[in-house]
Amino acid sequence: MTLARRWFARLAPWAAVVVLWYAVRESGLVKPALVPSPADVAQQFWRMMTTQRLWLDMYMSFQRVLLGVAFGIAAAVPVGFALGWYRPVRLVVDPLINFFRALPPIALIPLVIVYFGIDETAKVVMLFYAAFFAGVIVMYEGIVQINPLFIRAARTLGATDAEIFWRVIIPLAVPHMLTALRVSLGVAWATLVASELIAAQRGLGAVIQNASNYFQIDIIYMGIICIGLIALVMDRGLRRVAARLVQWQERLA
Amino acid sequence: MSGRPRIVLDHVSKDFPTTTGPLRAVEDVSLTIHEGEFISLVGPSGCGKTTLLGMVAGFTEPTAGRITLDGRPITGPGPDRGVIFQEYAVFPWLTVRDNIAFGLTLRANRVPAAEREAIVDRYLRFMGLEAFAAAWPRTLSGGMKQRVALARAYAVKSDFLLMDEPFGALDAQTRTAMQHLLLDVLEREGKTVLFITHSVEEALYLSSRIVVVTARPARVRHIVDVPFPYPRPEKLRRAPEFNDLRAEVEALVMQEYADQERQHDRRPGPDPRGGER
Repeated sequence: MTLARRWFARLAPWAAVVVLWYAVRESGLVKPALVPSPADVAQQFWRMMTTQRLWLDMYMSFQRVLLGVAFGIAAAVPVGFALGWYRPVRLVVDPLINFFRALPPIALIPLVIVYFGIDETAKVVMLFYAAFFAGVIVMYEGIVQINPLFIRAARTLGATDAEIFWRVIIPLAVPHMLTALRVSLGVAWATLVASELIAAQRGLGAVIQNASNYFQIDIIYMGIICIGLIALVMDRGLRRVAARLVQWQERLA
Repeated sequence: MSGRPRIVLDHVSKDFPTTTGPLRAVEDVSLTIHEGEFISLVGPSGCGKTTLLGMVAGFTEPTAGRITLDGRPITGPGPDRGVIFQEYAVFPWLTVRDNIAFGLTLRANRVPAAEREAIVDRYLRFMGLEAFAAAWPRTLSGGMKQRVALARAYAVKSDFLLMDEPFGALDAQTRTAMQHLLLDVLEREGKTVLFITHSVEEALYLSSRIVVVTARPARVRHIVDVPFPYPRPEKLRRAPEFNDLRAEVEALVMQEYADQERQHDRRPGPDPRGGER
């Protein structure tokens, strides 16, 4: 019963979206040609999976996001750490971070093309940019919040600076790293279409753009839904891992 | 009654810089803490007691005067002086067992694993925490967290316990139980204690000496020798001589509160021209 209820709670919002979608389409308020039905979209999905190698597009996008986030987080964790830990550094660098963070990646495309060309590198650089700035903020806000009480307590037990770093600060930073990773991943997926504006042959962003050239609204819908679903599944997976790693935290994912 | 001098505070003062110039938190405190003593600091809140304890712990250094431990100046925190914080400071990312073992895994007091386990088991038993060895701190009550903190300090064999209102956040029953537990472990293991509290009753029940501290800056106003022998039975709290002494010390502390109030009134307000003064 509880299991059934949990599944119901999980599926109900999706069912509601589908119902609403049909309702909008049938209401006559919009031209049916402009709103494909969920069934049309599902059919397109199947057709493209079987005949157009849609899985390859998914794989390419997935790979780009993964690379962008991997590099982004690898940079964001130490930089965020330094910013959180050293107040003077933060005061100097914080405005810069917020300046660059506010720039829409799409506006950077011309520059990215000039400096990085139109290959994979250019796309990953865009995603790196988005992932880094999202991650670095989460990371340093988290580090700032570390309670100095624990450091004091460790010191009174005889901990050296190195021991405090590895045995106190790192465990306290792990939850923030995981949050930074989740936020970066979300932002990277949100930036994907922009990054694939750079001469992408394959990828979900490329699928959406090609479809838009030919006014294939059902494919546009399908591409968008694919992005959302893949991002959702990845986030869920990360939350699982996070809950394992930071079992001790009050607020579990 | 007490052993050799261990910690000596010699004309200790402490200033903190503020935007309006240095603020004196502690002024000219001299105090000798002997082996095996239980000294309580009582006085108005925010009067500098914590600053004083923090200097003994080694978190900060005195602006003037010096603090020595066995004749050597205190330069920083160390496992010889266990600190018990009001906010417990139990590490939330470690289980109860690993919290107690934490100090023993540090280079400063590392022991072989088997011995470490034995020490941890012993204090788990002592503190009545055996059933919670594998629990995360977030699942524990305040009293239990404070027992973990106490066990953690005991495990590294600190000579001193510096306790900053350790039971201040606990309910009355838990607080009484923790006082008994503390006296109990002190009885068995011996420690020299510096204890901060608001409660004269608590100070009297636990201490061998009470230092009444003045309002900011903290100065030693009065030192009261507590004549009751250990072990102290619970019924001591209801003894007439206990309550007479309690009234006497409370009067001294109340006097300090009154002085603090008066000082406060004399201080100019944010806008001296405004309001009817």
